[in-house]
Amino acid sequence: MAIETDVSRREFLKTGAAGGAALVLGFYLPSRRSRGRAAEAEGSEIFKPNAWIRITPDNRITLLVEKPEMGQGPRTVVPMMIADELEADWSTIRIEQAPTIPDIYKGLSTGGSGGVEDTWPGMRKVGAQAREMLIAAAVEQWSASAAVERKDCRAENGTVVHLPSGRRLTYGALVETASKLPEIKADGIALKSPKDYRYIGKPIPRTDVPSKVDGSAAFGIDVRVPGMLYAVIARCPHFGGKLVSFDDRAAKAMRGVRAIFPVDPLPRPLNTAGGVALVADSTWAAIQARKALKITWDKGPDGSESTESLRKQLDGLAGGPATFVAVNRGDAATAVGAAAKKVEAYYELGFQAHATMEPMNTTVHVRDDGIEVWTPTQWAERIQATVAQLSKVSPGKVTVHMTLSGGSFGRRAQWDYAAEAWQVANEVKKPVQLVWTREDDIQHDFYRPYSHHRLAAGLDSQSSVAAWSHRVVSTPIRGYFDPLESLKDPRHLAQQELGGADVLPYGVPNFRLDFAPLHSAAARAWWRSVESGANAFAMECFIDELAHAAGRDPYQFRLDQLAAQRKLGGLNLSAVMWADNPPLDVSKFEGVLRLAAEKSGWGSPLPAGHGRGIACHFSFSTYIAHVAEVSVDKDGAMRVHRVVSAVNCGTAVNPDGVRAMTEGAINYALTTVLGGEITIKDAAVEQSNFNDYAVVRMSQAPQIEVHIVPSTEDPTGMGEPGVPPLAPAVANAIFAATGVRVRRLPVDPAIFKGAHAVTS
Amino acid sequence: MSAITLKINGRDYDADLDPATPLLWALRDTFNLTGTKFGCGAGLCGACTVHLEGEAVRSCQTPVSSVGARKITTIEGLGAARSHPVQLAWIAEQVPQCGYCQSGQIMQAAAFLARSPHPTSDQIDQAMSGNICRCGTYQRIRRAILRAAGEAA
Repeated sequence: MAIETDVSRREFLKTGAAGGAALVLGFYLPSRRSRGRAAEAEGSEIFKPNAWIRITPDNRITLLVEKPEMGQGPRTVVPMMIADELEADWSTIRIEQAPTIPDIYKGLSTGGSGGVEDTWPGMRKVGAQAREMLIAAAVEQWSASAAVERKDCRAENGTVVHLPSGRRLTYGALVETASKLPEIKADGIALKSPKDYRYIGKPIPRTDVPSKVDGSAAFGIDVRVPGMLYAVIARCPHFGGKLVSFDDRAAKAMRGVRAIFPVDPLPRPLNTAGGVALVADSTWAAIQARKALKITWDKGPDGSESTESLRKQLDGLAGGPATFVAVNRGDAATAVGAAAKKVEAYYELGFQAHATMEPMNTTVHVRDDGIEVWTPTQWAERIQATVAQLSKVSPGKVTVHMTLSGGSFGRRAQWDYAAEAWQVANEVKKPVQLVWTREDDIQHDFYRPYSHHRLAAGLDSQSSVAAWSHRVVSTPIRGYFDPLESLKDPRHLAQQELGGADVLPYGVPNFRLDFAPLHSAAARAWWRSVESGANAFAMECFIDELAHAAGRDPYQFRLDQLAAQRKLGGLNLSAVMWADNPPLDVSKFEGVLRLAAEKSGWGSPLPAGHGRGIACHFSFSTYIAHVAEVSVDKDGAMRVHRVVSAVNCGTAVNPDGVRAMTEGAINYALTTVLGGEITIKDAAVEQSNFNDYAVVRMSQAPQIEVHIVPSTEDPTGMGEPGVPPLAPAVANAIFAATGVRVRRLPVDPAIFKGAHAVTS
Repeated sequence: MSAITLKINGRDYDADLDPATPLLWALRDTFNLTGTKFGCGAGLCGACTVHLEGEAVRSCQTPVSSVGARKITTIEGLGAARSHPVQLAWIAEQVPQCGYCQSGQIMQAAAFLARSPHPTSDQIDQAMSGNICRCGTYQRIRRAILRAAGEAA
């Protein structure tokens, strides 16, 4: 089967980042004066200044939002940008998901925390264009009696005001005139200055919250189509394994079962497991029938892989030759050897699942005249293209309805589950909803890579860091997706493993960063914050160890070691590898460190047995520092009492959204410290549900305070950057509380046995 | 299969169902009440929480045959036009992110508050720890419950 294989996160981010590009090409103006179906019923017109705004004579404004809503708030923050420039009355706005027409809507995907950053230039222009056309319409209407000048008119809260006379027209009253006006080009219109913002920078309530407290919000799994069937797939549990045979006699005899058939695995970059599909009248009937199947699997070429077999290779890979040297400034090896004090450490992170609350699902109807897909996704146009390719039709024949997503965290940037749903629906020729059970989700995720970090540093006689070397060993993401030929390039393989580790905010004259891949059959991909999560854990724990080796306070030590050079460029190797990946601004890094320390009362007394830890990281163009306060009881039970965060994300377009993302990132990252781990045996995942893959629950959730650095710079990412500094802040706090260093995530409570300072 | 009548949100729903069918799937696939969510199918996450005579139960672990004439309330029937104090508190505190777990969270919180109208923060943590939120909205849930209890600061 031929499937487009040249798919990288770079491409993904590029398509995601193209929200503003549409404007360069000119707005979509199919018909600014149209009589849509809804409008016809009302007998009225719609003003469509561009593809994102519709205004009707009743003063209602409909805004089409491209970015998928998966909890991160685009259906609020993007309308805020448009409404601000449009000078709209917020109460008249309603939101629609933009249709999956990638020729018009360039910003349908989201990833790399780019939702706000991407839409910031374009969507404000969209609002400004509509505003200017409405003002022009008012000038024209008023000028019918006596000449009125543009400079005397202003848009204000859904109306245009003629300042000298105080006359006022609502936007609704301008629809007809505005619809007949020639287009006013958006590119020439100046955008507002921050002092004039009306919505931007205010904590605006989310537009989707009401529907999320009464059960009416419709997620992918809630799609109901007349005559639809439900399906599950019994997938090959072994990575790289395959179906040998199955006996479906018992399953076929069960009530409600409509069809049972094998489905092929799909090759990279789709990476589906393949297996046996079961189609039934209800989800429950399909799940029950699956239990009655008898299947023989071939474990495949990596069938003996286990977490143990992976761990056995780590020492050799950490101490052996690198396949890729990313940074080699000065001579780190010699300088470490010659240093007054040498410090070595290792850190390790197990596989982690995304475990979105809404399991993967997609509904597909394959008809003669086209294919309809309903899917919760971060990448609708990729699903459209893939389904078109699989079914050998043009993408225009594939209608993709993007639904709400019940969490994504990177998981729904894959499109495997939609391809599987097409496989099933193509066989059945009726609308079918493919549902993954939680067991399917835990065992067939694309996990955060397994990684191991070996660090060595030398302190000079003044206890400054003279040398720093960091070997990253990991199961590389690119190695799971890309054409095998491309993987021969060691730089390519390292591409999404080193981000964040390539730019040290601390001034170290001798610095080496290199990489050695750990071969694994296990699926892995983009997990909230990608490699920054792992690399920040290693870096920010290690700087803490160096502070203790130097006999210094870890916060003060960080400040003292900050690089003198204020702007530090990276390798653009990372997950955040936009071509214009901004340099690390050491002043901003220092700013959030200081703010978090101050707000947390760094240095003030704590209850006996409590410890404080600090960590800071720059990712997705955003700076975040966390201070965590932790205690560990005599049984090794850890409690994170409080996390104080300082965030510099440029303009906080919706400050409450920034706070929500930070709170969420903290709890999400906390699972990697306190929660479960995905382990492998016989090339299969050993865990199956929330009983053996534990995630953070309410009783473990800390009090969180988020402090936002005031800024009028362009906004930067917020979905992910709260994750990386959390694990090291907690691990450093654990050390402060107990004297025990966390070397591996998630933390095994056994490490606290005999610790000197554990509270009773 | 057997003919089963369920009293849901003050209305009778009739269906011909396998008596072992979990209430969750009857609600979702048979009666089209999709506000109640499938999260784990094993009583581990709380996304499917509904009320049975006012008590919070996991509908994925409740066979339809066990319900009998008892009254079922789902998120759709909790409060007309989002009028329940817990729903109002959820809006005021801006709790949901993705929102998928929130039907279950709200049903759990409403049943808990009916029984413990003046909870402490620790009691809230205990009562709510069977409900997972991967977006990590726990702090806002805690605040919203305190607000609904009329004890918000």
